[in-house]
Amino acid sequence: MKNRVQPTQEEYYRGIPTIPYDLLKELTIALIVSLGLVVILAAVLSSPDVKSETVQSWATADPVDFVTTATGELSGTTISADYGPPYNQNSGSVQGFGFFSPQTWFGVHQPVDPPNDFVLNPLKIASSASPDLATALDTYGKTDDKTRQGWLDAYIKALADAKADSSGSFTIAQGDFGPLPVMMDSLRKQAQSGGLDGLLLSQGGFYQTDYTRPLLFMGDGTYLPGLADSQKLTGSQWGMLNETGMYPGQTWLWLYTFWYQVPLFTSHGFPTDLAVVMVMTVLSLGLMLIPFIPGLRDVPYWIPIHKLIWRTAPPRATGSPLRSAAMPRPGANP
Amino acid sequence: MSVSTGSSASWTARVRGYLERRLPSSNLLPERQPYYVGSWVYVFGVVTIAALVWVIVSGVVLAFFGPQWWHVSSVGRFFNSLHFWSVQLFFVFMVLHLWGQYFAAGWRDGRAKTWMAGVVIFLVSIVAAFTGYVSQQNFDAQWIAVNAKDAMNSVGAGAFFNVLNFGQMYGMHVVLLPLAVLFLVGLHIVLVRMKGVVKPIARSREVQS
Repeated sequence: MKNRVQPTQEEYYRGIPTIPYDLLKELTIALIVSLGLVVILAAVLSSPDVKSETVQSWATADPVDFVTTATGELSGTTISADYGPPYNQNSGSVQGFGFFSPQTWFGVHQPVDPPNDFVLNPLKIASSASPDLATALDTYGKTDDKTRQGWLDAYIKALADAKADSSGSFTIAQGDFGPLPVMMDSLRKQAQSGGLDGLLLSQGGFYQTDYTRPLLFMGDGTYLPGLADSQKLTGSQWGMLNETGMYPGQTWLWLYTFWYQVPLFTSHGFPTDLAVVMVMTVLSLGLMLIPFIPGLRDVPYWIPIHKLIWRTAPPRATGSPLRSAAMPRPGANP
Repeated sequence: MSVSTGSSASWTARVRGYLERRLPSSNLLPERQPYYVGSWVYVFGVVTIAALVWVIVSGVVLAFFGPQWWHVSSVGRFFNSLHFWSVQLFFVFMVLHLWGQYFAAGWRDGRAKTWMAGVVIFLVSIVAAFTGYVSQQNFDAQWIAVNAKDAMNSVGAGAFFNVLNFGQMYGMHVVLLPLAVLFLVGLHIVLVRMKGVVKPIARSREVQS
């Protein structure tokens, strides 16, 4: 392998006139100017801070959506319940190109069991103070799968026409729902009181900073996406570039979110996220390796923006404060 | 017993010799530069560093007082805004610097490593900013996390990089990723100072890497 000896800076600059240049002064000025800009922007425009949603606020604002989502968790029809790795063993959200599916490589690494974690376990805790709920849970648990699924399907169907009322509850048509009305009424009240927020967090112990369960649960409903849609934050709205209240988002990810607007990438059954990440990985590597890629590294020669960058002609050293970076060697050409 | 007088076997001496040869103090903190460094394009790199300084300073204040402070206190909210806008400026300046260096073909004459380090800074900064966005503890953070999990999960990263886990994201945002960015920026600056500023294209017509 050829081992090129790189010239020292003095050798590289030899013969090129130099000018006085105060690096630290320039940095200090840059610090002051950028601080001024930041302070003005912060004082005038503030920053996005729309209050976070909770399971309590969700169940209070839209009890029908909350109960529909909770019933869907039991039925296994929500995104989380059917997700797959890293949360569970299902496959509803597993992406891949044939056998190439990195999502499955590491298995269930963040275990989440939506029917039990989001619904049944919190209800079991509440049942200690409610004999009716304890009986309902007992009935639900002892019933065969077919009957239970029949109750769930009928309840979800009826919930589609349910009407929320001013008390925070809702009216629903009569039907054979088994113990579900008692269970879901209890879960709704638990959520509206704020108790479910704590229970969803505390399943792993006292100290908690992991919001995986409540966020997955809330993401399964239509309430959270509806709020995002109203703030123009969804993927089809180039939401990655926005923050709530018209603040700029991660605008540097414009190319990443661009692919989510391309019909091929969002077509049914296409592993959209996997494809976008793969494309962006290749493009990122390409950006990093530009110095070695013929064509890409030649663009600066074809589009002469460098003529705007370097407009100053070399000054003449004679009679000016300029001087050469290095003394010419005796006998060398200037 | 022989006493070694030669320094060729000493790692310390070798490193010192390398630094004295490649990065003397006059190169690290020069008083003069080639005439072409007077161009406006070089301002972008310096202001990027300046914005990064304010990102770090405002971030340290936010980290000291804790997540609730920037929501419930007007001073906290102001510092949150300082952090937010300094990040925005950091990226604007960094992208301008990147495009400036691209059209200057800044990788010429043996500066490919400097370019590559700069691109890695850009990519790591994106991850750092992302972990900040999901650590805001507001509606934006919730929605970004709920959406971003699918991309992370699709490539298997979600098994270890759980965007719904505030503790993990916050820890990475305030410690690991800033350290990575600062290390890379330091490396980038050292490479720039070691090599010096590349000549104008008109003076160096050949693409070298």
